[in-house]
Amino acid sequence: MVDHIYLDYAATTPMDPRVLNAMLPYFNETFGNPSSIHRYGQQAEAAVESARETVAAALNCYPDEIVFTSCGSESDNLAIRGTALAMREKTGANWILVSRAEHPAVSKTAEQLVRHYGFQVEWLETDGAGTVSPETVKKAICKDTAIVSVMYANNEIGTINPVADIASICRARNIPFHTDAVQAAAYLTVDAQSLGVDLMSLGAHKFYGPKGVGVLYVRKGTPICPLQTGGWQESGLRAGTQNVPYIVGFAEALRLTAEERTHRIARVRPLRDRIIGTILEEIPDSLLTGHPVTRLPNHSSFAFKSTDGNLLLTLLDGAGFACSSGSACKTGNPEPSEVMTAIGLSREWGLGSLRVTLGAMTTPAHVDAFLKALPELVKKSRALS
Amino acid sequence: MGNKVVVAMSGGVDSSVAAALLKQQGYDVIGMMLRLWSETGREESNRCCTPDSMALARRVAARLDIPFYVVDAKELFYSTVVQSFMDGYAQGVTPNPCVICNRQIKWDFLLTHALTLGADYLATGHYARKQETQDGRWQLLRSADRSKDQSYVLHVLTQEKLAKALFPVGEYPKPEIRKLAGTFSLPTATRSDSQDLCFLAGEDYREFLRRNAPEIGHPGPILTRDGKVLGEHQGLAYYTIGQRKGLGVASPIPLYVLAKEAATNTLFIGSEEELGRRELIAKDVNWISGETPEESFRAEVKTRYTAREAWAEITSYDVNQPGETFCSLRVRFDMPQRDITPGQAAVCYDGDLVLGGGTIV
Repeated sequence: MVDHIYLDYAATTPMDPRVLNAMLPYFNETFGNPSSIHRYGQQAEAAVESARETVAAALNCYPDEIVFTSCGSESDNLAIRGTALAMREKTGANWILVSRAEHPAVSKTAEQLVRHYGFQVEWLETDGAGTVSPETVKKAICKDTAIVSVMYANNEIGTINPVADIASICRARNIPFHTDAVQAAAYLTVDAQSLGVDLMSLGAHKFYGPKGVGVLYVRKGTPICPLQTGGWQESGLRAGTQNVPYIVGFAEALRLTAEERTHRIARVRPLRDRIIGTILEEIPDSLLTGHPVTRLPNHSSFAFKSTDGNLLLTLLDGAGFACSSGSACKTGNPEPSEVMTAIGLSREWGLGSLRVTLGAMTTPAHVDAFLKALPELVKKSRALS
Repeated sequence: MGNKVVVAMSGGVDSSVAAALLKQQGYDVIGMMLRLWSETGREESNRCCTPDSMALARRVAARLDIPFYVVDAKELFYSTVVQSFMDGYAQGVTPNPCVICNRQIKWDFLLTHALTLGADYLATGHYARKQETQDGRWQLLRSADRSKDQSYVLHVLTQEKLAKALFPVGEYPKPEIRKLAGTFSLPTATRSDSQDLCFLAGEDYREFLRRNAPEIGHPGPILTRDGKVLGEHQGLAYYTIGQRKGLGVASPIPLYVLAKEAATNTLFIGSEEELGRRELIAKDVNWISGETPEESFRAEVKTRYTAREAWAEITSYDVNQPGETFCSLRVRFDMPQRDITPGQAAVCYDGDLVLGGGTIV
């Protein structure tokens, strides 16, 4: 078996050993239920609340604006569905504005609100780089808008949206604004004040934390109702005994990320730039998807004309490189993703997409090996498609 | 040659055990599953590439700790296998989609993918065997378990392809394969055997044709060989050579479908004696040795997947048409054979050895 090189950090990251160490005592030493009255409970509660403070510091917000969830997708669900329902109750607003290039956790939630809850959705168009312009939001927003959701940085194509500008438009109309920052949090500052967002989703496993824990930032005063009802955990917004070790892990991972962000960016950006430059130069009929400049520093994504993207990933894996794409799925269905369609790629290009995302373990030697192998593998998958 | 092998996995017990056996024999094994075509709305019932089968195949791959990939062949499968299935019925023959799938999907499309992935071999869960002769040629043999033998659909293999083929389960009797699946703790151990064609979703082919090719069901006359009109048929596609039931004709003696004549949309029926034929012609012939026999020879011939082989004299000859030459064969049976059906394959055997075959015209 070939030595495998992992180039799919946008999918998930390995957990930082420091995070693991922070979590370990909360499995069987400090194991209490944070809701209990006794000392065991108090210690667990202290761990959760301390974690909440750490996260609040990183997000530049109040601790009671942090809701711990089970993942980024749950945070998106709670934000969109919870706020849409609460806003309708409060103001009668019935419209949801969602960008066309969102993670399914957002777009499928919007679709369900239309189908089962009688909401209406307006899909915000993006430009060819996948950017939602503030102008587009300005034109679409009205008094019947219940929530606006535009992601911070796109998972498939890395494009960073002008979230602060969009947030100020929503703020002026007093309409709640949500951003899915799951992909962004590893490399961009997630300062709730400078961004001006009302709701913001994060997931720990994208920044070297554990899978299975997320956060929703909820600005004070934002209308929102819980989706999971029961006990009064998380200010009544998310019932269920808190997952103490994972919450601790989330906080530690985010703290380390905030502390080391500049350094991490400085490490991956030049490697990423070399990937983009070399691929565009050496592989004919290739293009960069997403914004050339305003994109995540560890993120590169491409489309190759007349290429079977699924086969390319298979060949890459066979050659020892773990990458991803916007069209391939594990079931072999070759349909291009909605993001590829949203940025206007034809089928001919959209089926041949490739995402290469870097991270902590990526070395210059990895990038060299990858760039050496890729052209031949693209050629092979073109020959068969 | 290296020892890297792609195993075509379907989520069934045979291909799972094939993968396990290869892994045990020290091969570098990669699992691959074809995403084939299913009728819209009936994807769940397709036997071999439903989400269920895919999940099972994935579980098997995980159990064996081998990589697993899905390759999309949906459009190709439709345009070759399914389309020719419908075209065949429209032309009055009874096509054999498994033969076409083996020729064009498994041993062409999938083999090419396997080789592109750097594999030295493509393995399947077919019950068949291969062996090398002293002069370095490959021979295809029936499986050790004759009751499960699938060499019939593999007669399309050429020397080049057979060299790259592996049939790990062909050496074992079926019950042994089930036992092995248990020994390897494969989640497919108790899965029932697949029946019939994967894209029929467990239904009668007639239902499939009514939905997908309604235009081919034109009623027409039912005649005896001497021209007597006995009734009206519902469309030639809905009848099979040798069929006795469901003809809708009253008769003192049992009557059978003898032939289907597409040009006049006529269904010929007659007595059991009339059903027998001693001769057939087959086209698109493949001789596995790669050499067309120059002289007539005697061999056993099988005219359906489930038919018994029968002794015959075989003559192979080339047909020259402008631009191409293809091989045909004439089979003269010692005894009249029932149910010789155009569209099915005639496959020649010398004992366990598969010599080759073609499509009955």
